[in-house]
Amino acid sequence: MAAPRVIVVGAGPAGTRAAEVLVAAGLRPLVIDEAADNGGQIYRRQPAGFRRRAEALYGTEAGRARAVHGVFSALRGRIEHWPQSLAWQLRDGALQVERGGRAHRLEFDRIILATGATDRLLPIPGWTRPGAFSLGAAQIALKAQACAIGRRVVFLGSGPLLYLVAAQYVKAGATVAAVLDTAPASARRAALPLMASRPSLLVKGAALLWRLKRAGVPVHHGVTPLRIEGESRVTGVVFRDSTGRERRLEGDAVGMGWHLRAESQLADLAGCAFDFDPVSRQWLPRIDVDGRSSVDGVYLAGDGVRLAGADGAELGGRLAALAVLQDLGLPAPAGVDAAALRRGLARMERFRQGLAIAFPWPGELIAALPDETLVCRCEAITAGQLRRGATTLEAPEMNRAKAFTRVGMGRCQGRFCGIAGAEILSAARGEPMQAAGRIRSAAPVKPLPVAIELETP
Amino acid sequence: MAMGGAGPLLQRLDELARPAVTLAVDGQVVTALEGDTVLTAVLLHGAVLRQSEFGDGPRAGFCLMGACQDCWVWTEQGTRLRACSTPVTPGLRIVTLEVPWPRLG
Ligand SMILES: Cc1cc2nc3c(=O)[nH]c(=O)nc-3n(C[C@H](O)[C@H](O)[C@H](O)COP(=O)(O)OP(=O)(O)OC[C@H]3O[C@@H](n4cnc5c(N)ncnc54)[C@H](O)[C@@H]3O)c2cc1C
Ligand code: FES
Repeated sequence: MAAPRVIVVGAGPAGTRAAEVLVAAGLRPLVIDEAADNGGQIYRRQPAGFRRRAEALYGTEAGRARAVHGVFSALRGRIEHWPQSLAWQLRDGALQVERGGRAHRLEFDRIILATGATDRLLPIPGWTRPGAFSLGAAQIALKAQACAIGRRVVFLGSGPLLYLVAAQYVKAGATVAAVLDTAPASARRAALPLMASRPSLLVKGAALLWRLKRAGVPVHHGVTPLRIEGESRVTGVVFRDSTGRERRLEGDAVGMGWHLRAESQLADLAGCAFDFDPVSRQWLPRIDVDGRSSVDGVYLAGDGVRLAGADGAELGGRLAALAVLQDLGLPAPAGVDAAALRRGLARMERFRQGLAIAFPWPGELIAALPDETLVCRCEAITAGQLRRGATTLEAPEMNRAKAFTRVGMGRCQGRFCGIAGAEILSAARGEPMQAAGRIRSAAPVKPLPVAIELETP
Repeated sequence: MAMGGAGPLLQRLDELARPAVTLAVDGQVVTALEGDTVLTAVLLHGAVLRQSEFGDGPRAGFCLMGACQDCWVWTEQGTRLRACSTPVTPGLRIVTLEVPWPRLG
């Protein structure tokens, strides 16, 4: 029997650990990643020629970063690795990949999608101005380019990444004007029992707050962002503090984000079933405990399906690979214990639920956005246009709204407006957010180079 | 400290010991460092990467991870580049002010 063909999409912590288990079982998977190098988001590598040490780049996670990079390096020669390769369609048992301007149609027996996440965004007036970036962007500027996004940066949003990136900026010598968290301080206290499932992370969180405090960075909880000011570029942020007072902060850059949004387009194109996850308030592909999707042969791991963080991604990657081996009738490699991995993930699931309580998604702010706010950055569609679409045009769900207003039809494919669009639609119609459905993914999942040559398999 | 003005958006904090690379941005010679992306190179000299096609003003990228597509610029030859994921190369000539004709893709 020919060796089974297994593809892993994504070379972050989930994809790396999946490939490691597959190789240990004697397989030679193909690992595809759009990025120039392995590492994924959290353990993103700096370009060749940059000299900062892992401690400077990854802080307390330097050890884990080294471990994941080390595993990947040891796999070289035992896997096929396609960096700078975009997986853009998954249908009928074949993955379509663009690599160096050429199109490849790859058939497989099993595929593990470990595609990670992007920032979850709340549109606010002025968020398209030069100087307003996603939180992830603020971190990437620092990690991958050794730059700050501005001279005086306001961090706005909610979630652990908000504090992490602000603290990383302080450590790197940048000026942080303030951290504006939409979550009220009381939410964190309510979440403590669940978050106690990972005490070490609570300690790390406290250390981040301490670093911000020591640097004199004001931290405001329970804020309502009102607008980002500036015509040709950002000049400040106006918000209402927890006492209801309107305040203005001077700054030339904003790093904004509300936790993460799973990158699940390929699973959608493959026909995987999705469920609305009330914890993260988003639609996520349905999986069993080990990562099997509803479609035979398609497995999911990491932040693209569970949003359990980097450590959870490593566990999920291993589990998905074990599921692949089991379904192929192959023995699991020695030393990889599925039961222990599942227990670990269950602990992280409790923590994830705690995070969602501590840093809730402020959907109600979207419902209150002024009509003229740009919701879709790609096609400049406003909240008002969407609201009119929701009521007068009889657009009961996202895909109808998309047809009427083009929201989600721009080149980001709804990555940055889809969730906000659903909040606006459902609020305008007085229905729960899940009633608005989700934007169906379309191939290619990202724009392809203009001239692409088709390779016959 | 007054914000805004004509200065660059991004601020370099580290990694200054890299070889220089020169490129042309809207006909102006711009010096970058090897390993910079096109977005970094442009935004270390100014605050605009491109103009919105919908007349709502300038843009300067948003996600830096190839997801939002809000950082497209064009070479003088009319090839589209995603500025946040394209490293600078010596002699690269890009335009940010207008989309060159023919507009491919
Ligand atoms: C910008 C950003 C910064 C973050 N920083 C931190 C942090 O500092 N600390 C922390 O604890 N958590 C951080 N997170 C959360 C973090 O992403 C994860 O917990 C962890 O990286 C998840 O691992 P993963 O393997 O599931 O996905 P990722 O690490 O995101 O890896 C997914 C990989 O898949 C690739 N990919 C996706 N789609 C395709 C496709 N169609 N074709 C080809 N390749 C594809 C991507 O290029 C990426 O390399 C961050 C998230 C983001 C978005
Ligand atoms: S800045 Fe988002 S794709 Fe380049």
